[in-house]
Amino acid sequence: MLLLGAAFLVLATLGIVRLPDFFTRAHAMGKSETLGAILILVGLAVLNGLSLASFKLVLILILIAVANPVATHALVRAALRSGLAPWVRKTHDQAPDSRGQG
Amino acid sequence: MTTLVLYLAVLLALLMAASMYRLIKGPTIFDRMVAAGAMGTKSLLLLAFVGFLYGRTDVFVDLAIAYGLLNFISAIVVAKYFERRREEAP
Repeated sequence: MLLLGAAFLVLATLGIVRLPDFFTRAHAMGKSETLGAILILVGLAVLNGLSLASFKLVLILILIAVANPVATHALVRAALRSGLAPWVRKTHDQAPDSRGQG
Repeated sequence: MTTLVLYLAVLLALLMAASMYRLIKGPTIFDRMVAAGAMGTKSLLLLAFVGFLYGRTDVFVDLAIAYGLLNFISAIVVAKYFERRREEAP
């Protein structure tokens, strides 16, 4: 479970570094990062045994599962309202018929 | 099992360094905020790992809760601020 969560975190960071646009980056961060953090925290709670610290780890898990998508959504909405245009593939500008797919 | 957690903590630190690239290079302020949020989440997990490695999970988990709350509040406040500033500008 820890390894799976770390794999998701690697994917999220790869998306943040490599993707071409803010919206795609936020997409990569909002979901993969949340899933990776949840998996890692569940793994740590199982590894830690039944105690107060495990309860607090589950509390952090709930906090992340609620707060991370909300924060990402708020940032994306602010970006969209402040006039940041979504990314369109360059070749689609010459052939506007194929813009819809993708 | 401690060795696995140690390796994962090192991997997490490397991922934080990779997010730092976007934090410095990002073209817009929102890129930087998303990268900062990702780094905040990763530092929270790193705190949990360090707490497990030191055997003092209670203390470090409390710190991790504080980090998570601060991360969330800062992202919300920045989003609200830039949204409102653009509405007043035109």
